[in-house]
Amino acid sequence: MAAVKFAKAFHRHTICPDATVPGATVREVLDAYLALYPSARGYALDEHGAVRKHVTVFVDGEQVADRTGLADPVSDQATIHLVQALSGG
Amino acid sequence: MSTLLVGTRKGLFVLDTDGADRAATALAGPHFPAVPVSAVLADPRDGAWYVALDHGHFGTKLHRSDDRGATWTELPAPEYPADAGPVPNSRVDPTAPASLKMVWCLEAAHAAQPGTIFAGTVPGGLFRSDDHGATWALVRSMWDHPDRPKGNGGGYDEPGIHSISVDPRGPGRYAVGSSCNGVWVTDDDGATWTLGTGMWFGFMPEHLDDDPAGQDPHRVVRCAAAPDVMWTQHHCGIWRSEDAGLTWTNIADVAPSSFGFAVAAHPTDPGTAWFAPAHSDEQRIPVDGKVVVTRTRDGGATFDQLTDGLPQQDAYHLIYRHGMDVDGTGSLLAMASTTGSLWLGHDGGERWERVSAELPPVLCVRWT
Repeated sequence: MAAVKFAKAFHRHTICPDATVPGATVREVLDAYLALYPSARGYALDEHGAVRKHVTVFVDGEQVADRTGLADPVSDQATIHLVQALSGG
Repeated sequence: MSTLLVGTRKGLFVLDTDGADRAATALAGPHFPAVPVSAVLADPRDGAWYVALDHGHFGTKLHRSDDRGATWTELPAPEYPADAGPVPNSRVDPTAPASLKMVWCLEAAHAAQPGTIFAGTVPGGLFRSDDHGATWALVRSMWDHPDRPKGNGGGYDEPGIHSISVDPRGPGRYAVGSSCNGVWVTDDDGATWTLGTGMWFGFMPEHLDDDPAGQDPHRVVRCAAAPDVMWTQHHCGIWRSEDAGLTWTNIADVAPSSFGFAVAAHPTDPGTAWFAPAHSDEQRIPVDGKVVVTRTRDGGATFDQLTDGLPQQDAYHLIYRHGMDVDGTGSLLAMASTTGSLWLGHDGGERWERVSAELPPVLCVRWT
């Protein structure tokens, strides 16, 4: 089971509470999470399932490199953070 | 009372006005504070308001209100299917699968097709919903057309559809304007398409200069009462069509400039249209620091420069493609700039009144 936490900026626009879900890869964890909170999908991922350009995913503090396949492994007890880029004006 | 939707880089504002000179106005909002509003639509068939949000970080989103903005419901955004393939001339990544970057325009289909809405998008796909935006489908007849991959980015890094001009004479007749993929015309509800001809750049390699699939019409509008008459403007002047967009004739050398983005067509007089000129392709600022609107009332033979009430000194406003609109009477205009001014143009633009100079950069205005 992995804990999924969306940064505060997401919460203004969609429903994405902290939750613990199963999964052995980032993709599996996010799929499990987004099955519970489907409205958050389009805010984190594009229509092809890739991480949006200005969103970053961390697994236990390490930035995920595979932003398209999301194949990075996720250990039990891991924490996944989704954070928006700090940009714009 | 008239209502104007004002989409800005920092949210949606709503202006109510009685339309009189020095009008009684009330500017409400913002809805979606601090979120860019890239397109607005007030559906004339059922009164619903639609907005497209360009979150940047979080992608493009659509919302609808059935109670004039009191409440909003998020709709699914158009999605490019996996088999849509890449965008060949993308300046982002020509090998990546096409994905939605922005909804640049929203349009209601013919009155006989209630519930049908079109969305024009970057990277150049036309989407259609037949259920008030609940579901969307890419219009494959256009996307898969051999001329579609000839498009290039214009303003954005990938092609974009900014205009969908519906012909009121019957369902299924409309024209689509794309930067830079030309003007596409259908009279069979998108089963087949014809590219409008006659435009040219004047600076491209010769074999591409007049390629209809490479043109950059900035905004494409038509006269509702005489739907064969259409207007647009691109890098090399103003263009007019008298055959519903199939062929275009150049109108050059309009003072102070024939370059610009916004155009409004008079709803009943096919000879009248308004333009918001910028200096040139190379200098997207007003000529000599003076904001003017050019208006023709004789089909483009001559133009007036309308200045009363517009800043005539040290003014550097730019009016985007959707930054000007005229109401259903042809008398009351609205215009708004990238430096946050919003004007009402009374009596067909004879007199302009600045409603605000403090708005965020304005992306689109539209009368409901």
